[in-house]
Amino acid sequence: MKIMVAIKRVIDYAVKIRVKPDKSGVVTQNVKMSMNPFCEIALEEALRIRESGLASEVVAVTMGPSQCLDTLRTGLAMGADRGIHVDSTSALHPLHVAKILRNLVQIEKPSLIILGKQAIDDDCNQTGQMVAGLLNWPQGTFASKVVLDKEKEEVTVDREVDDGIETVQLKLPAVITTDLRLNQPRYATLPNIMKAKSKPIKKFTPQELNVEIKSDLEIVEVTEPPKRKAGVMVSSVDELIEKLKNEAKVI
Amino acid sequence: MLKFCSIFSKSKSKNLFLLRSRTKSTSRSQSSPAAYTFSRRIFPYSKHSSLLARVSISRVPPSRSFATDSEARDSIEYDVVVVGAGPAGLSAAIRLKQLCHQKGADLSVCVVEKGAEVGAHIISGNVFEPRALDELLPQWKQEEAPINTPVSSDKFWFLTKNRAISLPSPFHNKGNYVISLSQLVRWLGAKAEELGVEIYPGFAASEILYDANNKVIGIGTNDMGIAKDGSKKENFQRGVEVKGRITLLAEGCRGSLSEKIIGRYNLREKGGAEHQTYALGIKEVWEIDERKHQPGAVLHTLGWPLDHKTYGGSFLYHMKDNQISIGFVVALNYQNPFMNPYEEFQKFKHHPAIRQYLEGGTVIQYGARTLNEGGFQSIPYPVFPGGAIIGCSAGFLNVPKIKGTHTAMKSGMLAAEVTFGVLNEGLDMDMYWKALRNSWIWDELYKARNYRPAFEYGLIPGLALSGLEHYLLRGKHPFTLKHGKADHEATNAAQLHSPIQYPKADGVLSFDVPTSLHRSNTNHEHDQPPHLRLRDPKIPETVNLPVYAAPESRYCPARVYEYVADEHNQLKLQINAQNCLHCKACDIKDPKQNIEWTVPEGGGGPGYSVM
Repeated sequence: MKIMVAIKRVIDYAVKIRVKPDKSGVVTQNVKMSMNPFCEIALEEALRIRESGLASEVVAVTMGPSQCLDTLRTGLAMGADRGIHVDSTSALHPLHVAKILRNLVQIEKPSLIILGKQAIDDDCNQTGQMVAGLLNWPQGTFASKVVLDKEKEEVTVDREVDDGIETVQLKLPAVITTDLRLNQPRYATLPNIMKAKSKPIKKFTPQELNVEIKSDLEIVEVTEPPKRKAGVMVSSVDELIEKLKNEAKVI
Repeated sequence: MLKFCSIFSKSKSKNLFLLRSRTKSTSRSQSSPAAYTFSRRIFPYSKHSSLLARVSISRVPPSRSFATDSEARDSIEYDVVVVGAGPAGLSAAIRLKQLCHQKGADLSVCVVEKGAEVGAHIISGNVFEPRALDELLPQWKQEEAPINTPVSSDKFWFLTKNRAISLPSPFHNKGNYVISLSQLVRWLGAKAEELGVEIYPGFAASEILYDANNKVIGIGTNDMGIAKDGSKKENFQRGVEVKGRITLLAEGCRGSLSEKIIGRYNLREKGGAEHQTYALGIKEVWEIDERKHQPGAVLHTLGWPLDHKTYGGSFLYHMKDNQISIGFVVALNYQNPFMNPYEEFQKFKHHPAIRQYLEGGTVIQYGARTLNEGGFQSIPYPVFPGGAIIGCSAGFLNVPKIKGTHTAMKSGMLAAEVTFGVLNEGLDMDMYWKALRNSWIWDELYKARNYRPAFEYGLIPGLALSGLEHYLLRGKHPFTLKHGKADHEATNAAQLHSPIQYPKADGVLSFDVPTSLHRSNTNHEHDQPPHLRLRDPKIPETVNLPVYAAPESRYCPARVYEYVADEHNQLKLQINAQNCLHCKACDIKDPKQNIEWTVPEGGGGPGYSVM
């Protein structure tokens, strides 16, 4: 059984983000990039399933410019068997990514696709769901626990939802997106990093996969969130009521 | 003592209680993590939560219990292992590969680097003298090295509280460039990889490997995935042994392994060297109003806000893209335990002659690092059985020039040439000492040897001798001044001084430590044993606090050390290891040398990109 994991190269979570002076986006030049933390969790889960003997191969897929190869190599260093790089310098929105993944699925034919629930740069939380929709596959999103039953060809996913944990059983092939509590990703060891250099990476372009990258979204403006205003100290309950009534107008 | 305690416990304990309540709450929204299953990633969402999450409450355990393992480690072998991907380490690696290509030999070279990327832990002024780079990679301009802002002006001011008195500049910066060393090192890293050097960022060399004859045979990297209490976490990963026929230590100033080696093989005595002396440099990169920006402008100041007994000063360099590097350097042999170098820097920025540049600008990055000031008198014998120490770990910074990059690079290149001879022609590594003494590094440092020690007599005598040296003597005199006391011994007891009242940060020109720290992009995996170890856990509360009023809570530019009241209202030391900028100030300045800086899990620490 093959597992496909989609990973994304994003600005490292510890970096202080700055908005570009022309407000067209955030500064990405000279800024540290890493694998999206949820994608690391997704890859870790795939590797654990393979190590328990239920899968034979883990393929890591990434899309973007050539610098994404660094992220892909990290994924290979963690333990993925093969890599696929879809080379594109244009901005890829979730629907484009989902379409490319769907077409890759027709080539690779995995039984399970695991993705991070969202990327920390755009917080879209859409790609996994769109892939499942395009492929007409069942989906288990916000997974906090994944149990695979190979014989029955089913996967049981515990989903973190607002009112608790929802458990769903999906028939394979299926799409899973991972949430924070699923696992703790492993460190890539030095010997594995060296081995990763010789693991194969296949390159595609969106055109080869018959996907047109046509942007139907235009980013109009990016601004910093408004600075939190200082609180106001009141000296008595009466003053508080007076302020709530007349200034905030909530009572 | 009560007086001192109230000053620094007031605001800090308030922050602590805020922090405590935050981590206890278990809000149920999707994006908040449960404390117990905190993955190795701290949740990256709101700036606010990540700021607070950064400060972890870690009491130092009474006895260190680590996952001691008889489990064997993987071992990888190279011809040469370099610890540290900085200017010295990368120059050595590049030079080795160049010699291999020239002479048809083949040596495998591995560079391990504790930062998450090459350049992440690199911070420096920096006015770059290309002398060594011209020798190493003469085509650097064509190969698009990030060196493109030549020095256009060179100013030197003596500051009083309100005025700036222009003095003749003692520097000769013509032909030099204003650069970001982090960017240059990244470029050097790419060049090294092109030549076949293997660079592994994210791997911290934490121990030296010896053979049965006390010879160094390589390094061991940190075990990863150990929890704060010493137990193994689910992603525990044993470190690896990286063995080399020759090991070059290029860890920068006060390198943790280098210090161990210097002690073990008595390299200071062997080289007839005095102790090393240090300064702490704190720096910010600002993007300023383009009308105020003069690319290549170089400014240094002396005087205010420091007093006559404290050596230090500032720098302000204009880079490209409307960015400037502004920083403050304080020698660590200051006497007043209430001195707070970070606050002196913030105060300095308010000087009328300085603030004019900063007004209307924004801070892009912040960082801090110690630097060597011992110069010629403090160079240890740099060769040990199995390898050598290069760069600032040995200490080749030219103090009056305030430049150490070119000498660090040259020392790396010389070490590489000797290493090549050792591995291919059976030469002796001791030739490195000879090579250093015959090089322009020695010449330069010898000429510069008396500038800094002269300031032990005070600011005016120091300046007077500097003038004399610069215009008349130029190092041609028979005497060599000695250094004063070691930095950690120079701190006076708190009772001899009174607390310094520093102005509050205004949030526009000056900032508090947490705000600045956020701009350093620093972080560490929070669930790991604190990498700052106390040799005797009782000393902070029995010596540092009562006698010296806890200087570590003031000189640390990352607020790692805080004294917080516990349940019995006793002040106890709290080590916020996660904030650490890897500057090594605590290792140097702790009065009883009780704090030992050891290397945390690889990949942690600051994330400098334009420093």
